[in-house]
Amino acid sequence: MSETATLKIWRGADRNSGSWELHEVPFEPGQSVLDGLRWIRVHRDPTLAIRFSCINANACKECMMELDGETVYACTARLEPREMTLAPLANKKLVRDLVTEIAPPAERLAIKGS
Amino acid sequence: MSTEPMRVETDVLVIGSGAAGMYAAIEAARAGCHVLLIDRSLIGRGGATVMAQMTVAVALGAEAPDHWSHHLHDTLAAGRGLCNEALAQLLCEQGPECISEMDRWGVGWARKNGKITSAFAPGHDRPRCVYVDFLNTGPAVSKTLRTAVHKIAGIERKGDLCVVDLIKADGEVTGAVAWHAGSGAPVTIAAKATIVATGGLTRLYRRNSASANMGGDGYALCLRAGAPLIDMEFVQFFPIGHLAPRLIGMDPIMWDPFRYKLGGRLLNNKMEEFTQSYGVAEGGKYVITRDVGTYAILKEVEAGRGSPHGGVYLSFQHCPGPALREAFGPVIDRLAANGIDLTKTPVEVAPIAHYHMGGVAADARMHTEVPGLLVAGEAVGGANGANRLSGNAITEALVFGREAGRSAAERAKQMRAAPVTQNAGRATTDLITADAPKNVRNSAEMVQTLQETMADDVGPLRTEPGLKRALSRIDELARDLGERPFGDAGAFDLTRLDWFDLRNMLTVARAVTQAALLRTESRGAHQREDFPGMLPEWHVNQTIRLNGGRTEISRTPAAGAVAAQ
Repeated sequence: MSETATLKIWRGADRNSGSWELHEVPFEPGQSVLDGLRWIRVHRDPTLAIRFSCINANACKECMMELDGETVYACTARLEPREMTLAPLANKKLVRDLVTEIAPPAERLAIKGS
Repeated sequence: MSTEPMRVETDVLVIGSGAAGMYAAIEAARAGCHVLLIDRSLIGRGGATVMAQMTVAVALGAEAPDHWSHHLHDTLAAGRGLCNEALAQLLCEQGPECISEMDRWGVGWARKNGKITSAFAPGHDRPRCVYVDFLNTGPAVSKTLRTAVHKIAGIERKGDLCVVDLIKADGEVTGAVAWHAGSGAPVTIAAKATIVATGGLTRLYRRNSASANMGGDGYALCLRAGAPLIDMEFVQFFPIGHLAPRLIGMDPIMWDPFRYKLGGRLLNNKMEEFTQSYGVAEGGKYVITRDVGTYAILKEVEAGRGSPHGGVYLSFQHCPGPALREAFGPVIDRLAANGIDLTKTPVEVAPIAHYHMGGVAADARMHTEVPGLLVAGEAVGGANGANRLSGNAITEALVFGREAGRSAAERAKQMRAAPVTQNAGRATTDLITADAPKNVRNSAEMVQTLQETMADDVGPLRTEPGLKRALSRIDELARDLGERPFGDAGAFDLTRLDWFDLRNMLTVARAVTQAALLRTESRGAHQREDFPGMLPEWHVNQTIRLNGGRTEISRTPAAGAVAAQ
């Protein structure tokens, strides 16, 4: 039987009214947490919001999130065959799901109502 | 949505913040213009520049004599007769100035005895490639340019802005409409000059070496705005992309620097060297060019002599541990953390989509055919012909970026006011805020299906049945995509972003596939299994235009004075 990892993911656009979602993803040694999140988008739910650019080089530094309460890059955190809890960064403004506002303030566009 | 979209104005709009976009912004600001530098991702983090592992080709002549004309000769030879010589000359002639300026800005080019040192890379007649250790060229170039952008007054930087369409008025480009990821709202940008510096199209392929945001958006934006594309059939595959074992925190093109410094041996599953059967005996050195290397590896796999994961082996087992450590220092530890000891085992490698030789047709001042629209970097087509020489991509980004910045500033200064775009772009802002159709397909799965189609049928080795199959799959995906975006108008709805991306990716995929189907010969990165060999009658460039939603392809004789081999 092939192994799986269970990703427990925080979903929502408001810190006060979010919810936790469980997804089982196929596990293969050497995979990253980001690989698991991308698998969920393709096979389960494309609306899952994640921010990444370079995929696996740890070059863009965009995929920061909290794994079991610790800040990690999803592209270098190893996927493991167990339950892993993923949440948006606690100290940044929430945008949606696992995406937070991580750009320097000068590089953000101020849109009315956002 | 009833409220008016947000509207901003600038002299020069730069779309994309890789090396080309950032250098363009710096140059336009130095000329006294207000610049708005935007990126669909974070500023100076995404794109291809940051992923560059090592080589930057430039005839600096610091260690040993060199001249840009030698660099040009090698560039034209690699291009198999199809290079736009004016663009290739610009790249080679002005490369040293830009590389020297980057040096003054503190990029940290590797030095030996106080002089900037150069590595030898395949296709060059002498050591000509500067770099930053260890495997740090891209991050160092990005960081240096980000710092330079910060220091110059007049550059406003805004991330999370994905351009959906360029705006046109009276036949000229007058700005762009973007989807703001942070809010989901449309933003209209009025500009006296617009520079598209969005990079290439490697995201069209399943296995690729660049960022997830390199889906060919710039090509589609320019094509829809009326600017023609050129040489779209020439997609460069990097022969030795990492395949197995799985590793994290490393870029798949990381083996290039290892080969530059240590040679290494390509082996089939009998643990025998094989490139000599394809005309290139390497003898422990790294001399095989990217097009020939890709062909040799794929043919070896096809003959049943591939490695377990469908590639070939790359071995450094003959290199002593201390030599590996001296050449790559901390990278050896990162490999160890992934369970890889190069002195004991080989790794598996296979071709991976890496760079696009084709792109938007431009003159040597970086103007496209449409007034007000300029291009820079990998978005520009033609400089590299049918195959790009190792190391030319970053040089091209810097040189073309600087030139585009200059040209855009000249135009902006001749115009009194930013063009009026009161109602221009309305169709696009409506699209951005539109309600989604019901029961749509999974957008992320559609992206993956397109990537598989392109990898299977429009990869390095092509046939007529395969290319036709790809075209019908592209049509099917376009039907499923429809006319209205998926998802909602809220913040960071990735299904809506996927929809805008697929709209561009399908347009570009079709352009690549149609051009590849028409070119009934094999040249450089375009290999037709049903038409082996290069033909004199195909010594032409193919140009693609969009006419009422249909692509039209025409041929013009290539300038190439260097006889193709």
